[in-house]
Amino acid sequence: MIDFGEPLHLIAYVVMAAGLAFDIVGCLGLVRLPDVYNRLQAGTKCVTLGTLLILLGVLIRFGFGAMGVKALLCLWFIAMTSPTAAHAIARAAHRAGFPLWKDSVVDQYAEDRAGSKEVAP
Amino acid sequence: MSKILSAFVFCMLVWIAVTWAFDTTSLVLGAVLAGAIAFSLRNLELDEVPLLLMPQRLVWALAYIPVLLLYVIRANFDVAWRVLHPRLPIRPGIVRAKTTLKSPSARVLLANSITLTPGTLSVDVLDDVFYIHRIHVPEAAPEADMQRSMDTFEGFLRRIFE
Repeated sequence: MIDFGEPLHLIAYVVMAAGLAFDIVGCLGLVRLPDVYNRLQAGTKCVTLGTLLILLGVLIRFGFGAMGVKALLCLWFIAMTSPTAAHAIARAAHRAGFPLWKDSVVDQYAEDRAGSKEVAP
Repeated sequence: MSKILSAFVFCMLVWIAVTWAFDTTSLVLGAVLAGAIAFSLRNLELDEVPLLLMPQRLVWALAYIPVLLLYVIRANFDVAWRVLHPRLPIRPGIVRAKTTLKSPSARVLLANSITLTPGTLSVDVLDDVFYIHRIHVPEAAPEADMQRSMDTFEGFLRRIFE
């Protein structure tokens, strides 16, 4: 059995459970959403916050020791790298010609890139 | 020289944070590694780092964190709601928005902030135009709506970096 001992530990477990819930929604979004761009939205938002909450739970549970400080560093790295990676994937997908979902309403990036191609020699 | 030294101090702090060991062996090993990394990064442009150490910029940077966190949490409930909704209420598209920020670091953070917040994902930056994928493009005035949420972040980032 899990020993809930101190109230602080209980808070830590609640935070971790919330993180797990967001991670699950993020994974569900990867399956349900229609194209690569929308799926990245689920991947960058729900999964980033979910993972951050789990690491925050670890920090609360173990305090500022060897484990807690590592959790804090991982928090920072994930918060910085996850959106950057999503941007790189979205940009590469668009440049490789992956179409937006058929019911997408507007694509001003494609409009502007097509425009600049005509101007270029 | 001061550049190498500050990189060395930074690497050493990260090393101590990661290992959390204070015996001579690991500290010496950390110093050797931090020295090697600091030396190999000597040509890296770090012109904006000293700016960040000014007190009022630090205060704005600290104030930015809870604001961003609030947006991130709102973003999560928004996306979670759309994903869990049986009819999947999305209206995706890529819109453009202009930034007035000049500093490269500020622009990077702006792009990352946009990606983490409600239904928006930075796809590319060409000159001063951000191309942003939105999970739900509002029917009325999509560009003005995007500009409004960018202005909040720009206000903070300008005070931090410029």
